[in-house]
Order: sequence, then structure tokens, then C-alpha cells
Amino acid sequence: MSGATAITYDDVVAWINTFAATVRDQKEYLTGLDSAIGDADHGINMDRGFQAVIGKLPGLPNRDIGAAFKSVGMTLVSTVGGASGPLYGTFFLQLGTATVGREAIGLDDLVTALDAGVAGIQRIGKAELGDKTMLDTLLPARDALREAAASGVPLQDALDRLVSAAEQGMLATIPLVARKGRASYLGERSAGHQDPGATSSYFLLKAAADTFAGAEAG
Amino acid sequence: MKKLINTPDAAVDEELAGMVAAHGDLIRVIEPNVVVRKDAPRAGKVGVISGGGSGHEPMHGGYVGMGMLDAACPGAVFTSPVPDQMLAATKAVDGGKGVLHIVKNYTGDIMNFELAAEMARAEGIEVTSVVIADDVAVKDSLYTAGRRGVGGTVLAEKIVGAAAEAGADLKTVTALCQKVQDNVRSMGMALTSCTVPAAGKPTFELGEDEMEIGIGIHGEPGRTRMKLATADEITEMLATPILDDLPFKAGDSVLAFVNGMGGTPLMELYIVFNKLARILEGRQVAIGRSFVGNWITSLEMAGCSITLLRLDDELTRLWDAPVKTPALRWGI
Repeated sequence: MSGATAITYDDVVAWINTFAATVRDQKEYLTGLDSAIGDADHGINMDRGFQAVIGKLPGLPNRDIGAAFKSVGMTLVSTVGGASGPLYGTFFLQLGTATVGREAIGLDDLVTALDAGVAGIQRIGKAELGDKTMLDTLLPARDALREAAASGVPLQDALDRLVSAAEQGMLATIPLVARKGRASYLGERSAGHQDPGATSSYFLLKAAADTFAGAEAG
Repeated sequence: MKKLINTPDAAVDEELAGMVAAHGDLIRVIEPNVVVRKDAPRAGKVGVISGGGSGHEPMHGGYVGMGMLDAACPGAVFTSPVPDQMLAATKAVDGGKGVLHIVKNYTGDIMNFELAAEMARAEGIEVTSVVIADDVAVKDSLYTAGRRGVGGTVLAEKIVGAAAEAGADLKTVTALCQKVQDNVRSMGMALTSCTVPAAGKPTFELGEDEMEIGIGIHGEPGRTRMKLATADEITEMLATPILDDLPFKAGDSVLAFVNGMGGTPLMELYIVFNKLARILEGRQVAIGRSFVGNWITSLEMAGCSITLLRLDDELTRLWDAPVKTPALRWGI
């Protein structure tokens, strides 16, 4: 089954590094999206957090994927601020709890971990699908990955479906009226703008798919 | 971008170092970026802390001192602080009688303060929180994050700080903060945008002849954008929704607070106050106390906000009580 395909500790570290590089590249783009409907700091805050994260990763003592995810989560909570700090921090802390002690994980483990991460965001953010938040990217992406894994497709195909669902979810935030976060203050005026959190979440999953696509069948 | 900074990354750190250099008799700064009252913790006194993004100076760091806050947690510009800061602040000011967190109603602030409160309780410190949400520009419904915390926060910090200084217990101080929240309403407007140092360009664009009514303190857009009007017309546009919301009634006495957003001269704030006084007179609402100046700002944004707090004897007495902080000093 899909468990035969292994995502290693190095793949996970590569994912985080890839996403950190994306955030740096897209810092102004994300901040620009946030200027339109929020407070113009999303790219700046995410970049500050992920620069701190990649500074810590090489110093981790062992090749425990769960410990790496927890380190990412703790660092984000302590450095990002805003709503993104607790939300992304919780996401990674939950990923860490789901993968503790593992040096490699398969597709099924990835499904379980993503489930836990998204549930953590839902718990503290109290948002639902259609509220114009990061969950509009993450919920359909989680479902797509879960269904792909259940149908037994290879890792590569499952990741393709994950990214495709994430992208559709991100784009679907454009016409939505925000019901959570700072964009909700705008009411109807928030429609017509892509949500910055949904966008950074898309980049996060895209980075995962790009990185894990190279994972070898083991 | 034209600013008196060295680099955007160092702006908040250098600001805090400057505050300590200037006001070292009143405050100190501890890791990770917490402004603490010089003589904290004071045994037997309830601690009162607040925090939020930087860029609203003198709030909150300028309000740390005798009779107001025991500590303030400044985040990055317009970004809520991280839980580590509120935890450190809570521990630094705990005099054994518990600590009140005054939190402005923004999603990020709420989440980070909640995390910190949980951590502090886990370490055995009693923590209560009151959320300030006084901005009538925001529709308060299930479909928004609720009203924003704006000018009422400054008044809450002063009044609650006075009660804590006088020895009130945590339950009393918490209830008092909620009483301020229940009796205060605000609304703001902008003539120009502001530029977050790290972003380097204005948060939003406003035409030469345009203004934004209902603006937040982070340059987040407000209720409506319209052609520039006179000071009297603008004052009416802000005061009417405030008065109608609580509502403030004939016979009420208020603390009338006209606040500058950072880039508006006092001359213009007094022009606004002049009209506000006439509006209140017309509604038979008495001005019990007044407060005019740049007290909760949005970097260099031009514009103003109006805050009205319904007063009673208790709130008036606590407002008048002595205070000695970098920004606010009277009665000493």
C-alpha cells in the first residue's frame, strides 16, 4: 500500500526549507494581499518566523520528524505573533504529535498528520469552510489527500491531488466575504480579494508536494 | 518611505532602548521585549498588563508606571506580541494577588494572550482577562471578529491601573475593567495612510480629496471611503454613531476623548473637540472630563478618533487619581 513510500527526515527538513524560501520570495506578495483586506504584515511575519525556524533546524539533536515539527511549531508561536503565529504554530505542533519518534513516514501517516494539524487550526481559529481563511485551502486539501490515500494511488498522484485541491480552495476565497480575522471588519468590501492566509497555506502544501515528489519508493 | 529609522528590523528594539534611556526612573525592559514598571513586582498589588502591536505609541509602553500598567508587551509593528512576552510580563509583575490582562479585540491578540494566560496559570499565577472592543465602526455580529479595541483601551488602562494601585483585588479590578468596556464607545477616521517600516510603502492609498471613515488603528480599511468633508461634518459622522450605539442619553456625563492618529496637529484635534462639545451640548450630555492628544496612534497616519466613556463617581475618581508614566502624568 501507500505505506511503502517513505518520506524521510531529510525530506521533511527540505520541505520546511523550501517553504521558508518561498515565503522569502513571496514576502511582498503576501504582504500586498494583506494590505488589501488586513493589516499589511502577513509576509513580513511569516518570513520572520521561518527565518528563525531554519536557523534552528540544523541544530536538532536527532532525526525525529515529530521533534522537528514540534521545534518548528514552538519557534513559530514564539516569533511570528499576530494570528498566524498561534495558527501555524499549532499546525506544526499537531504534526509533531502525530509523527513523534519517526524517522520516516508514509502517505497514510501524512494523512493522519495533516488531519491533526488542520484540526488544531480549527480548534483555536474557530473558523469554518467559506469564512475566507487558511482553512479554505487546508480543508479541501486534507480531504483530497485522505481520499487519494484511501483509493490507493501512489504518493506522487496523491500529492498532485492535494495541491490541486489547495489551489482551488485558495482561489475560491476571492469572491468570499470574510467572517473571521481582521478582514471581517470590511464586510462586503473583503470580497474580490484573495485571502493571504489561504495563499500562504497553498504555498506550504505546494512546497510539501514539490519536495516529497522526489521521495523514493522504499 | 521617509522615516527616522536606522533599519526596519531594529526599529522596535531601538525604540525600547530609547524609552529606557529616557525614562529609566520609571521603567525597565526585560527579555523578550517587555516594558516593566521599575518597582515591579509590588507585593500585595494586583498586576495589570496589556500589549499589542507597536506603532500605536504611546500605547502601551508609555503607560507603564505608577497608577497605570505594570507591564506592556510590544509586538512587531501592528503585529500582536507573542505568548512568551505576556508570560514573562505576567511573571514579572505578579505580586501574589493575580494579574489582569487587558486585551484589545483582534484575533491575533486574543490567541496569543490566551496561550500566555494558560501558561501562567500552569505556573500557579491567577490570571483574568478583559477584552476591549469599543469601535462602533465594526458591525458586531456572528459574521465578524467583533468590534476592535481602540481608544477605550487607554481609558481602561488608566482607570483600572488606579484601582489596582489603591489595593483593589483581582476580582474588583477585573469587574471594573469590564465596566469601562461596557460604557465606552469609539470611532475613527483617516485623512492619509500610514507606512509599516518593514513594508516600506503605504498600507492603503487615499486620494488627495478622499478620507476613510471608520478606520482601524492599523490602517485597516473602515466603513466607507468618501470625499473629504469639513471638520464639523466629520465630527458629526463620528459622534452620531457613537452616541446612538450605547446609547448616551440626556443627563449622562462623559469623558470626551479626541485622539490623534499620529500625523494630525493638536490644532485640528481641538477644532474637532469644539464641534464635539456643541454636539454633546445639543444632546444634553455633559462633559465631565476631557482628554485631547495623540494617545493611541497609527504610526504617521493623519486623522482622528473620538471616544466617549459614560462616567459615574467611581470612574471619575479613578480617572483623576495620580498617575506617573512616561506618557501620562498628573496628580503627583
